[in-house]
Amino acid sequence: MAVSMNDSVTAGLPVRRKFDTGSLIGLVAIIVIGVAGYFLFPNNLALLTRIIAIMLLVLSIDLVTGYCGVATLGHAALFGAGAYGAGIAAVHFGITEPLTMTVVGAIAGALAGLISGIVILRAHGLPQLVLSIAVIHLFHEAANKASAWTGGSDGLAGIAPDALLGMFQFDLWGRTAYIYGLVLLIVVFLGLRVLVRSPFGMLARGAREDPIRISAMGASVKSVLLRMYVISGVVAGIGGALTAISTQVVGLDSLSFTLSAESLVMLVLGGTGSLYGAMIGTVVFMWFEDLVSAANPFHWLTMVGALLIAVVLFAPKGLYGSGAVILGRFKGGRK
Amino acid sequence: MSALFEVRGLNKNFGGLTVTNNVSLSMTTGDRVALIGPNGAGKTTFVNLVTGHLKPTSGDIRLAGQDITGANATSRVRMGLVRSFQVTRLFYDMTPEEHVALAVLQREKRSGRVMGHYAGMPEVMDEVREILELLGLVELSHLKVREIAYGQQRLLEIALAMALRPKVLLLDEPAAGVPQSETARIEHALDKLPSDLAVLMIEHDMDLVFRFAKRVIVLAAGTIIFDGSPKAVTQDARVREAYLGSYANASSAA
Ligand SMILES: Nc1ncnc2c1ncn2[C@@H]1O[C@H](COP(=O)(O)OP(=O)(O)OP(=O)(O)O)[C@@H](O)[C@H]1O
Ligand SMILES: [Mg+2]
Repeated sequence: MAVSMNDSVTAGLPVRRKFDTGSLIGLVAIIVIGVAGYFLFPNNLALLTRIIAIMLLVLSIDLVTGYCGVATLGHAALFGAGAYGAGIAAVHFGITEPLTMTVVGAIAGALAGLISGIVILRAHGLPQLVLSIAVIHLFHEAANKASAWTGGSDGLAGIAPDALLGMFQFDLWGRTAYIYGLVLLIVVFLGLRVLVRSPFGMLARGAREDPIRISAMGASVKSVLLRMYVISGVVAGIGGALTAISTQVVGLDSLSFTLSAESLVMLVLGGTGSLYGAMIGTVVFMWFEDLVSAANPFHWLTMVGALLIAVVLFAPKGLYGSGAVILGRFKGGRK
Repeated sequence: MSALFEVRGLNKNFGGLTVTNNVSLSMTTGDRVALIGPNGAGKTTFVNLVTGHLKPTSGDIRLAGQDITGANATSRVRMGLVRSFQVTRLFYDMTPEEHVALAVLQREKRSGRVMGHYAGMPEVMDEVREILELLGLVELSHLKVREIAYGQQRLLEIALAMALRPKVLLLDEPAAGVPQSETARIEHALDKLPSDLAVLMIEHDMDLVFRFAKRVIVLAAGTIIFDGSPKAVTQDARVREAYLGSYANASSAA
């Protein structure tokens, strides 16, 4: 019974392949789709870049929600911190080199992740969700009040990044920004693939499934979650910095409850707990939103709502999660 | 000489209910103790109290001469006080190999690494393989835990405890839910525990108790009513009385 379809099982513990084929497939898919997008929608590169930035936010939520089981409606705090971090660096400190701006955004995101993590992880379940909402409102209000630094409700304008690597100007059509975003996405994707397979990734998955077992192994669940929050802050912060660099303006909407909630919805739509789910959910949601709001500006929210209900009812594991299950059945067991 | 593990005057109330009543016991290196008692006697609660999963109402707990009463659950494990669970607690989407690797990495303080995979760490893999072999789980090492039988999951519980290399091991009914035909494998695993490890095993299966334990402690309604040799326990009047009603034939196993 036990020794069935897997030939490697019979050989005892096999030597694992050094290279991770899943990452290779994902990498190729991102490049192919990314390049196709560039040529198919040359007039929509700003939207595509925005999708990539939000994708980074959704991946970041997936780290804490999908992998660690922390429900949050305040994750835009990490994204917005990255956007304002990069923007303020450029506007107030003259740091206009795009790679440096991205690093500043990542650090700002990590800090915001640390702060929100400390607050949110004090509670569990519903109170945790409420704390996360409180956090995003506090961040929003802080950015609003500190208008000398953030431009308040007018937004932080005048971000003028240098040419990328001193060679590629951020052009009017958003070509450089899009390609830069695509490269950032690839780097983050590969980094997260390594992370989720690492010992720490296993520990985090364990902490979600059974925190008591993890503590009986001598690992502190809370410190695992807090570390993951900081890592997720880096990812969201990079997304925020990409927005600042590509749109050259940062608004309070990047620190909003709406963005937090929408991005959580995107994650659920695609499927939690897998990087592909996060990415697919973002693309489908934003593409659908764009399509429907153009076709029917009055009822697009209704349509998005209908899509969501359909997914939750008929594909409760999200588009990717349910797709993977069906595919798995088709093949008669995966792996 | 001070004891390796010592509990003094431990009490626990849930509301008005006293579940642990002035419990004191001590263990030294290499001990093989069975903790028995009728259902609801407070055996699991005792384990929860000493491992830090529950807070005692009063009493203190010492490990290797150190007072650990105030220590949290994770630091107790790191100090060498490890437990298993009466109802298996495992990660259903992970494989036995991943479980044991995670425990080894955790013990080695390498579980925080954000890069690399345990399969690329030869020392870790060697130890994982050794433990899985010892418990006869090698063939299952790459199946998800949800796909393996409950008896094998119980063995994996023991494997996890071993991988943490404890000084004191508290096993909460390691054979619970295991079909009679498979208890031999559990017993075999218990035989393989390091001889200098102090083990306290909660168990209802009296055959297993008598083969395993050099000393038996009986808990009834939260109070220790007997602490002595396996021989003496069957003759003890209070023990018989405690078991009457729950399972009157407790002595028939002797
Ligand atoms: N968290 C709790 N709150 C209230 N009562 C509890 C709690 N945990 C245990 N109890 C009660 O404490 C008593 C002892 O429970 P415990 O689980 O320690 O028994 P046990 O000796 O392990 O029994 P078994 O042999 O059935 O496993 C029971 O009456 C139980 O209902
Ligand atoms: Mg019990």
